[in-house]
Amino acid sequence: MNKANEAEMMMGGDIFVNALIAEGVEHIFGYPGGATLHIYDAIFKQNKLQHILVRHEQGAVHAADGYARSTGKPGVALVTSGPGATNAITGIATAYLDSIPMVIITGQVPTALIGNDAFQEVDAIGISRPCTKHNFLVKDVKDLAEIMKKAFYIATTGRPGPVLVDIPKDVTINRAVFEYPETVEMRSYKPVVSGHLGQIRKAAEMMLSAKRPMIYSGGGVVLGDSSKELIDLTRLLGYPITQTLMGLGSYPPTDKQFVGMLGMHGTYEANMAMHECDVLIAIGARFEDRVTGAVDKFCPYAKIIHIDIDPSSISKNVKVDIPIVGAVDQVLQDLIQTIKETDQKPDAEALTTWWKQIEIWRAKNCLRYDRNSPLIKPQFVLEKLSELTEGNAFIASDVGQHQMFVAQYYQFAQPRHWINSGGLGTMGFGLPAAMGVQIAHPDETVVCVTGDGSIQMCIQELSTCQQFDLPIKIIMLNNGYLGMVRQWQELFYDKRYSHTYMEALPDFIKLAESYGHIGMRIEKPSEVENALAEGLAIKDRLVFMDFVIDQDEMVYPMIAAGKGHHEMLLSPEGELA
Amino acid sequence: MRHTISILLENEAGALSRVAGLFSARGYNIESLTVAPTEDPSMSRMTIVTKGTDEIIEQITKQLNKLIDVIKLIDLTEGVYIERELMLVKVNVSTAHHREEIKRFVDIFRGRIIDVSETNYTIEMTGTGDKLDAFIKTIDSTLILEVVRSGVLGIARGSKSLRV
Repeated sequence: MNKANEAEMMMGGDIFVNALIAEGVEHIFGYPGGATLHIYDAIFKQNKLQHILVRHEQGAVHAADGYARSTGKPGVALVTSGPGATNAITGIATAYLDSIPMVIITGQVPTALIGNDAFQEVDAIGISRPCTKHNFLVKDVKDLAEIMKKAFYIATTGRPGPVLVDIPKDVTINRAVFEYPETVEMRSYKPVVSGHLGQIRKAAEMMLSAKRPMIYSGGGVVLGDSSKELIDLTRLLGYPITQTLMGLGSYPPTDKQFVGMLGMHGTYEANMAMHECDVLIAIGARFEDRVTGAVDKFCPYAKIIHIDIDPSSISKNVKVDIPIVGAVDQVLQDLIQTIKETDQKPDAEALTTWWKQIEIWRAKNCLRYDRNSPLIKPQFVLEKLSELTEGNAFIASDVGQHQMFVAQYYQFAQPRHWINSGGLGTMGFGLPAAMGVQIAHPDETVVCVTGDGSIQMCIQELSTCQQFDLPIKIIMLNNGYLGMVRQWQELFYDKRYSHTYMEALPDFIKLAESYGHIGMRIEKPSEVENALAEGLAIKDRLVFMDFVIDQDEMVYPMIAAGKGHHEMLLSPEGELA
Repeated sequence: MRHTISILLENEAGALSRVAGLFSARGYNIESLTVAPTEDPSMSRMTIVTKGTDEIIEQITKQLNKLIDVIKLIDLTEGVYIERELMLVKVNVSTAHHREEIKRFVDIFRGRIIDVSETNYTIEMTGTGDKLDAFIKTIDSTLILEVVRSGVLGIARGSKSLRV
């Protein structure tokens, strides 16, 4: 190799940074350590890529996840070897179950030490294999650029997902010429885009022949940016539509055709319509157990059409009659075209009868709650939040009762605004995810709805929010209990509240203030609206709002384990209607 | 039902554990698994024998196809195919009677004796799993010192072939 070429050689750390820049990455979330020192040195020497220093690696991955969910762009997190990698795993599994495009880079001990139980060594590839879409160990600096390209390609195409790249320290020091590939071709990975036209024609025919049709859409519509197509199809047909937890925001919730969320805590009308429908049109949804209830009682009268990008989602939990594998936007476009071209029209008479029935179910008003309580009802807080923000805020939630209350009472007007861990159900997700959203949308209102249990799982990130001036609005529904677990104990364990009482809660106001934020405590229903308005009006500071709510409130309706959609438990309030 | 699935996959470090990990993580059975590089060293060919209902086998093939390292696969059981397994058996043959008896059985089963010492024969035999089982049952079990079996290899009959 001659001198000129040597001059073009770049250290692995710099190749890594340049690869991210070539991918258009602007922000990465991370935490440094021994194995990533050269990468961090490369980050220090440039100014195109902003690094957000978190306080725990789990926070880095959740933040990158929130960034990805709210933008559609891949989120990037960088952690060190050993404990850095293991701390990241919860975040990676969270992203994997919700199919979020992310690239996670873990430092690794030098190649010569791999397998020696070296300091801060862990088999990151082995540990992350079951919770990543794919992963790579970079053994030679010459492969680094190409592997980075492949990682982004795999993470963002087909059914998206997290991809992990494990980079040994010597690879970050060694030198190679930096050439970033323009395209990538993999013989073993060719995601399907268009659906089979024959299947689409058959589906259109079945849909138009339905007497009691039902559209059930999921997170795939959000991930595939297919909200417009979903709205077009639904309006074209005039059919009722329900959505999964992950699908919320991709159809206007105030629209008459929308019957609310389905599943364990879905509305009475959505679940009853699921049970009674004769044709079910599943779009970018995966028939998860929280959605189906008991599988043997699921949609007993329905023929099922299933549109999904992932063939392995088809007939995994529920056998379907017409599968269509393809990208949701493409398939829906073709479907709309086919329906417009055919002479067959929806059965207007049957549809009128069907809607009458649905309106009877809807009149049950299953989301009623006690509005005269002297205690703050969590539903009321979210209803007011929804009104004040007109459904346009980004809401990142944690996991538990508060998450379900958001899904039920916040009227998401846009897709990619509802950021929650639906699949893995990761407590601690909310605050760091909100940070990622706020970094991506510095001028938007970003709210973290959380509980007194969840917030304490990643509360250290209040420090990150201070360092990066992230004016997140934290709405904590504080009932002093792990509410969702307590709800199950109340209903199914004879009120034996085993270890669900959060004793020794901190003074959250002082805690927020010690991190340089504003703290508020709200104890009466009459204070709720003003407090929310006041908190939301503060644009340049993080506001931690501690709402002391009714400890006994439960999430209704509810489908208990082993029950079908038609066997819901309604709230005592709901039954009054 | 028993299925024999043949897979072409990238000859990358870790590809085998991706497949094995998939089976254990999702609770699928593996009866046998064999893998080796093909004539193109960038690819390996794997044969997996598994059991399950039609729904489970469908999920297995879909999940395997979803693995990034898997290039192509076929469920051989869907057509006519040939299945073979290689077995090596070391037996104790210290008496003339045993030497004769073992030699006779090896001939009947169309195996070969590939190593001979004063007291031992080592036998090589190929065939379906059933045939190898039958041989083991036929010979005096007290004579067997070691049995090594390769697991099943499969290939479709006729012009059908699994290639890129």
